[in-house]
Amino acid sequence: MGLESKLTQDGFITTTIDAVVSWARKSSVWPMPMGISCCAIEMIAAADPKYDIARFGSEVMRFTPRQCDLMIVAGTVTYKMAQVVRRIYDQMPDPKWVIAMGACTSSGGMYRSYSVVQGIDQFLPVDVYTAGCPPRPENLLNALMTIQEKIGKTKSRDFKNRSLKELELSQN
Amino acid sequence: MNPKEFITEKVKEKFGPALEEVSDFRDDLCLTIKSDRIVLLGNFLKTDPDLQFLMCKDVTAIDWSTRKKRFTIVYHVHSFKLNFTLRIKANIELDPPSIETVTSVWRSAEWYERETWDMYGIKFINHPDLRRMYMPEGFEHHPLRKDFPVIGIPGSLPLPHKAE
Ligand code: SF4
Repeated sequence: MGLESKLTQDGFITTTIDAVVSWARKSSVWPMPMGISCCAIEMIAAADPKYDIARFGSEVMRFTPRQCDLMIVAGTVTYKMAQVVRRIYDQMPDPKWVIAMGACTSSGGMYRSYSVVQGIDQFLPVDVYTAGCPPRPENLLNALMTIQEKIGKTKSRDFKNRSLKELELSQN
Repeated sequence: MNPKEFITEKVKEKFGPALEEVSDFRDDLCLTIKSDRIVLLGNFLKTDPDLQFLMCKDVTAIDWSTRKKRFTIVYHVHSFKLNFTLRIKANIELDPPSIETVTSVWRSAEWYERETWDMYGIKFINHPDLRRMYMPEGFEHHPLRKDFPVIGIPGSLPLPHKAE
């Protein structure tokens, strides 16, 4: 089309809103490092210069849920801790994603025990499960890339702020 | 006289038949006392100038499951004077299982006894603050009892409802 070539010459491109928004979202996924036990060490390793999570735009690990889009649950979640994890998840602004890192969070792992939640998907909507005990940093990066792929495929209008009523419910 | 014989003699002399058993297993001296004498024994061990067991290092329990006296409470106390750690045991069978607290003797026993209450359901009479230690308040079971299933009792611990 004549219009497109003309605009490009002047430094414009034509695209869709969805493409731009999801590109922006997936290129800077800020993780909330929910490092509860040993898996957290590998999560930290993923942020060091050797594995360098900054290559994926996720180097900003914020210890406040209010500035995050991705919760990396790295470690054994006990029933007592589940309440805390859920409370932090609820404080993250929409849209948000969850990585269940390691065997413990995915299924309870080796802790087939009364105190450990046998899979955090019982109370959180998990997007990507990562195998391993602990998973290597590459594996976590792979999970991150999978999340990015997922974000890339999602339409921006699919995310609506949850209604106030639901939020109130989940506070209790 | 080595410290083991010395301690055993002293306690025997003071408590007589209330001292049910003396054993020396793998170089650890262990005295089994009647459960209603535990505070007296504690006071004696701590205050006797020759013994001075000033520190309580641990309180725990054993669930024997099938024995008539189902629970044994185990104490580890240390004397800096003798540089010696002594184990004390007391068998209890009452229902519900209970024993007098030793917090009046060793303050550090407070949390150990809370833990033992949490895990075994043993009531420590006159304990200043007998709350659960690890399990959430309101939990009704005692996980280290032999009849408690390892995987737990479904629904006994609350989970948040599922986020959408
Ligand atoms: S999966 Fe393995 S490494 Fe990760 S938290 Fe569980 S036990 Fe630790």
